[in-house]
Amino acid sequence: MADSVFHHVVRAPEDPILGVTVAYNKDPSPVKLNLGVGAYRTEEGKPLVLSVVRQAEQSLVNDASRVKEYLPIVGLAEFNKLSAKLILGADCPAIQENRVTTVQCLSGTGSLRVGGEFLARHYHERTIYIPKPTWGNHPKVFTLAGLSVKDYRYYDPATRGLDFQGLLEDLGSAPSGAVVLLHACAHNPTGVDPTVEQWEQIRQLIRSKKLLPFFDSAYQGFASGSLDADAQPVRMFVADGGECLLAQSYAKNMGLYGERVGALSIVCKTSDVAGRVESQLKLVIRPMYSNPPIHGASIVATILRDKDMYNEWTIELKAMADRIISMRHQLFEALKARGTPGDWSHIIKQIGMFTFTGLNSEQVAYMTREYHIYMTSDGRISMAGLSSRTVPHLADAIHAAVTRAS
Amino acid sequence: MASAMLSFASAAASASASLPVHENLKGKTKIGSVNFGSSVQERNPFGKTKHFGRVSMTVAVNVSRFEGITMAPPDPILGVSEAFKADTDEKKLNLGVGAYRTEELQPYVLKVVKKAENLMLERGENKEYLPIEGLAAFNKATAELLFGAENPVIKQQRVATVQGLSGTGSLRLAAALIERYFPGAKVLISSPTWGNHKNIFNDARVQWSEYRYYDPKTVGLDFDGMIADIKAAPEGSFILLHGCAHNPTGIDPTPEQWEKIADVIQEKNHIPFFDVAYQGFASGSLDADAASVRLLSARGMELLVAQSYSKNLGLYAERIGAINVVCSSADAATRVKSQLKRLARPMYSNPPVHGAKIVANIVGDPALFNEWKAEMEMMAGRIKNVRQKLYDSLSAKDKSGKDWSFILKQIGMFSFTGLSKTQSENMTKKWHVHITKDGRISVARLSSAKCEYLADAILDSYHNVGLPEIGQQ
Repeated sequence: MADSVFHHVVRAPEDPILGVTVAYNKDPSPVKLNLGVGAYRTEEGKPLVLSVVRQAEQSLVNDASRVKEYLPIVGLAEFNKLSAKLILGADCPAIQENRVTTVQCLSGTGSLRVGGEFLARHYHERTIYIPKPTWGNHPKVFTLAGLSVKDYRYYDPATRGLDFQGLLEDLGSAPSGAVVLLHACAHNPTGVDPTVEQWEQIRQLIRSKKLLPFFDSAYQGFASGSLDADAQPVRMFVADGGECLLAQSYAKNMGLYGERVGALSIVCKTSDVAGRVESQLKLVIRPMYSNPPIHGASIVATILRDKDMYNEWTIELKAMADRIISMRHQLFEALKARGTPGDWSHIIKQIGMFTFTGLNSEQVAYMTREYHIYMTSDGRISMAGLSSRTVPHLADAIHAAVTRAS
Repeated sequence: MASAMLSFASAAASASASLPVHENLKGKTKIGSVNFGSSVQERNPFGKTKHFGRVSMTVAVNVSRFEGITMAPPDPILGVSEAFKADTDEKKLNLGVGAYRTEELQPYVLKVVKKAENLMLERGENKEYLPIEGLAAFNKATAELLFGAENPVIKQQRVATVQGLSGTGSLRLAAALIERYFPGAKVLISSPTWGNHKNIFNDARVQWSEYRYYDPKTVGLDFDGMIADIKAAPEGSFILLHGCAHNPTGIDPTPEQWEKIADVIQEKNHIPFFDVAYQGFASGSLDADAASVRLLSARGMELLVAQSYSKNLGLYAERIGAINVVCSSADAATRVKSQLKRLARPMYSNPPVHGAKIVANIVGDPALFNEWKAEMEMMAGRIKNVRQKLYDSLSAKDKSGKDWSFILKQIGMFSFTGLSKTQSENMTKKWHVHITKDGRISVARLSSAKCEYLADAILDSYHNVGLPEIGQQ
């Protein structure tokens, strides 16, 4: 029999982020800690399904009139409307003027991919600028979508903060019309966000150079605990009447990770343009997966449309955000108590699910080997994976990694 | 003068498709200074927009970056449902999209699916990300369902299975794999085939061409044409085959014909690429409907199979399916699976959990599995009854002597009526029977009660509309 037609297909390495969990699962150590992927854990180290989500699911299952017919290509209409309102604000003029098209997509990744494909086909500038560093999957998503990817300075390792000057210079020298990826809040992996004043300067620069903003909003409500506060940067841009793209994910803030719920919104100058844009988005989606999955979107719509459930959600969301902030403080204190060399204040200055520790890949490898700490090699740790019980172990590991002779 | 301006404006509007010119011009006769000719060529409308109500706001601010984008036409299949919704006639029938209906014309959620969902909720399962390749229990169950648990390809671990977004998503992953690892390779698709197949390969940048399939003269399979075209394709082409219940024609090769198809595929070192959207739903038997796939895999061929649970488990909106790649070694399967993951990650990261758990729970529980088989037999049975009823109605009413028995010979959700585009349009416009323009009707959406009405519509369209002209159809 002939050799396999797949003989030339090599084995791909594990995805760097999701591969951390694969490695973690293989480790038999009782003290192992998974600080890789950004999935929230309770103080007991367990995954969490929000109580309000369970309620929503129960009501869906109890509703005998529900069917499983194909959603429209653009997804569940009510979900789309409510999602746009959630991020843009219920009284947003762009929504009232019908200038926003919102399509349900497969969580954040799917929204970014559909948006990228749309731009590659219909937008005259095929370059997208992404912050350095950014989520590991961003460059792959946009490259496969057909865009070319460049980066702009973002993180300053010296200050463990924002390289604002570098950012302004790089965006300032981008060609007019280029697409710019912006993390709406809780930058992944660094946790470093611009201040309100800095956002305003960024906005002015982007508008004056006619750059096209593409927001990735994966943590609304999860970063500060307030849905409105976390939406401020996006709303600032939309308020100036300009256009933008916006990818939303409910993976973290509603704990719907595996349901793959998200939305892509494109804010356009006119409702006529928005209508045409939507029709073209459908042409991207249909040959990719035809129409999106119903379950997660139905849960979201159930919660967002009901005042009581919405309020319950905001409470559970704030509790998650607060627990993470508490972990930050505990880790900071633990390192201080051990006298670990270096300035660790970035742990409490950074925001969101992740901390960019500043540890290098050798130190990370050491921590995995000796302390069974699983994290991405760029030094990013998921604070959501920590508990009061495990903070000391992590602090010991960091201390050892930083103080050992290299 | 005004009407001439209006009609020219309408032409201008349809040419650029971006300015709602005509509706704003109604009643305005004094347009003299506006030069329509140049507004068609120019993409920048603001100099000319002062007269056009809705667009005039663009004068005040910069024009949209997306101004030049045209309105895309509605999807030929899914667009039928949109048109049906808009139709106010009480006699209207939606025989477009392939989604099953009960005799009462209601959507059907399988009882066994409701049971599984209740179980899942009771257990309080979490919603963590699935691995990129999907739910392991689902992947195991779906491959075993397709090939049979005792199949050597399974026992030897030679199948790379990755959960996909129903049939479409699974086909798309396979297309992306072909594009990356078989550059320049062609996919051969049947003529006709499901309307979305070519879109999938186009977007994945995979070349495709057609092999003859449907013979309008016999309303059957053009088997010789099919074999000749597969034979003529460049060696190592991918041949897209419908595992059972060919969409849109409902015409399947016989077992003997499948053997010959396998022969010519092996002879040319082609790679079979099955689209299996109806396993169990076509004949009522899961095993019988998988026969073609099992026949070719028994030859030792490497092949691809895209599966969907939209129809056979009624899980349409949950988007649950899988791509299976049968390789000649377990090592190749491991490598192929890793590369499929690499294609899925930048598309949607990991697939949705809900539908996968429903399938895994049903297939994994003998009682639920048996219940599923019974419900599937019921659905397939209802469709067979409806085919019979439609055939009876047509034969009774039609005095022309035309042989309508192809309705009984065709299998699955659809029937290819042989109606032309104009005749299909007549079905919709005159009779409010919404079907796709290729004359395909979804018999799974038909009730016995509506067969008489449908027969009238078909006979009227067939005999009285679009009488043959040279070059029509």
